[in-house]
Amino acid sequence: MRFRDPQIEMAHGAGGKASRRLVEGLFAPLLFESAGAPLGDAAHVRMDGSCVAITTDSFVVKPLKFPGGSIGELAVNGTMNDLAVSGAKGQAMVVTFVLEEGLPTSVLESEVRAMSAALHKAGVAMVGGDTKVVERGKADLMYITTTGIGHLMPQVTIDTRSVRPGDKILLSGPIGDHGITILLARGELDLAADLSSDTRCVLPLIEAMVGEAGPGIRWMRDPTRGGVATSLNELARDCGLGIVLSEEEIPLRDEVRGACELLGLDPLHIANEGQFLVVVAPEYADFALNALHRTEGGEDAFIIGEVRPEPACAVLVTTRTDGRSSPSLSRMVKSLKPWHGADSTSIPAM
Amino acid sequence: MRYVDEFRDPELITKASEEIYRLAAPERHYRIMEVCGGHTHAIYRFGLKDILPSNIELIHGPGCPVCVLPMGRIDDGLAAASHNDVIFAAFGDMMRVPGTHGSPFEHKARGTDVRIVYSPADALQLARKNPDKHVMFFAIGFETTAPSTALTLMRAKSEGLKNFSVFCNHVTIIPAIRAILDSPDMRLDGFIGPGHVSTVIGCRPYEWIARNEHKPVVTSGFEPLDLLQSIVMLLRQLLAGEARVENQYKRVVPWEGNRAALKVMAEVFQLRPYFEWRGLGFISQSALKIRDEYAEWDAEQRFPIPGSRVTDPKAAQCGEVLKGVLKPAQCKLFGKECTPERPIGALMVSTEGSCAAYYNYEHRKAAALVTSISSVA
Repeated sequence: MRFRDPQIEMAHGAGGKASRRLVEGLFAPLLFESAGAPLGDAAHVRMDGSCVAITTDSFVVKPLKFPGGSIGELAVNGTMNDLAVSGAKGQAMVVTFVLEEGLPTSVLESEVRAMSAALHKAGVAMVGGDTKVVERGKADLMYITTTGIGHLMPQVTIDTRSVRPGDKILLSGPIGDHGITILLARGELDLAADLSSDTRCVLPLIEAMVGEAGPGIRWMRDPTRGGVATSLNELARDCGLGIVLSEEEIPLRDEVRGACELLGLDPLHIANEGQFLVVVAPEYADFALNALHRTEGGEDAFIIGEVRPEPACAVLVTTRTDGRSSPSLSRMVKSLKPWHGADSTSIPAM
Repeated sequence: MRYVDEFRDPELITKASEEIYRLAAPERHYRIMEVCGGHTHAIYRFGLKDILPSNIELIHGPGCPVCVLPMGRIDDGLAAASHNDVIFAAFGDMMRVPGTHGSPFEHKARGTDVRIVYSPADALQLARKNPDKHVMFFAIGFETTAPSTALTLMRAKSEGLKNFSVFCNHVTIIPAIRAILDSPDMRLDGFIGPGHVSTVIGCRPYEWIARNEHKPVVTSGFEPLDLLQSIVMLLRQLLAGEARVENQYKRVVPWEGNRAALKVMAEVFQLRPYFEWRGLGFISQSALKIRDEYAEWDAEQRFPIPGSRVTDPKAAQCGEVLKGVLKPAQCKLFGKECTPERPIGALMVSTEGSCAAYYNYEHRKAAALVTSISSVA
């Protein structure tokens, strides 16, 4: 469907339906050669017989530093994670800095150091870059774009079309930490919580899981903007199947839950930076889960739901309260929609 | 989490639900209106309808401030904000509500300075920080939010802040309930009374509903157990043939209301002779106006206001849904032309709007699936 919105609004960058409309209605038909294939986190390119994955991401975050991370560290890990959930191990990266006139060098240097540390930790090389400076007021201190390229892990194929009813949905850890941390770090709300962003490189976790359950892994995604709800709704739409989650299995810190209750947000819509979702064949589910549990940082992974034949293209959540003890009562169910873009509280986009 | 988990306890909820099944006479059809949009949202969010008997019908009431605001007021507010150096500040719920020439967000993309604030005090702070700009707070809400607007105006006056004003759209709940009861096509058995509004006005203002209209009212909290317990209390009254006002939400709502809040409201606001409500038309003495003593901070006095009157898009049946005559999905535009992302009516925008609640949580929920879910994960 052609993109008909008359102008670009914040929602087009929020990762929800409006973003998807822009990409599928304008960018894909004019720019992408194989517009028919579902759009993943990274593209696969065949060169001289071997296949590589490539992806790019821009980072605009306010404030630049927040509990648990900063823009420089996000710029490396975010792109590494997009490669990792595409089943690829990042090998090299290039970077573009858009800097605002007047940016203190100390601020820039601190972010470059954060990038360097993240590169080192992830085992990936930065091999080039570009710098632009714009007039004061034309950018919010700094924007960073990184592009990463990597080898595909041979044991795993990520394809929404391989998803089958009965497959399990696995989540790597507690959700919402990043989005709520940023929201609080902006200082616009009189709220404080002992919370830090979950930003990290998820490659070691994914490698461990692929090592033990590679052939059973059908699909992965890092639920960043728009959160778990948006990622799973896209999956449901792409594979034409239903996804049923169990609310009580979804790991969630009390601080995040409390902030969401106060602000009227749904944690399933909140951005994450260091978590990923996996669809895994049922016979491999325990292997995948155990592999994560044994790896540092994967202790809180859970199976949170499964794929069903019905209802097609929708995500449902069974709420905590069920009617087990009475046969006259059915379990309470709600359906879950993707993030509609900016709402009562604007959720950080990155 | 205290005050949350105990009100979502599966065992207690099962008990409450069983009690409702026991109390509801099978041959009778109960029509209960939840006045407040927050209740509507909770009912869908927690899937409460799934554990109620089918002869208990919940009718969604008009208690969603964004929903009842007619489009003309949004146009007027945005017209005032089109003046140079004006910052239009409003709650996030307002941002995607369509005006004739687009929502505040669309105006923002075209260059109007539009800011989301979380409270009127934040808007005041914005004014202090931007002395060369004028901050206009687009105030909406029932008695729940009116006291904080009043307090903010008092603060602005005492500070002598010249670059701040309020475009006041505050409305009052009682005339709206009266209008609903007066509408001929509405048969109701009782009310789940609004929780947040009642923290300010208390429970007394509902007594006429019980006395004159012979309908029970139970002021309710917003957790699943609150709502189920309120339904139990309503059914008990109906079974006994009684009509009283009861307070289920005692942990928050004082019977007499919040005197301090009522006092600041009276200090700053007076009743408008009449005010237009979306779907309900003009209702007399149903809205608040800023008193002359605060005229300097009243955006309607400060800026030329076009006084727009706009009829809602013909195909949209917002009015019928607001009055509870139609269910959201019965509107011809529901889920097709009108979605939360591209709303035509305000009921699709606010999280408290019944259309948005229905769309987000209920739409496409296959009935067949509800019974088939035995164990997940």
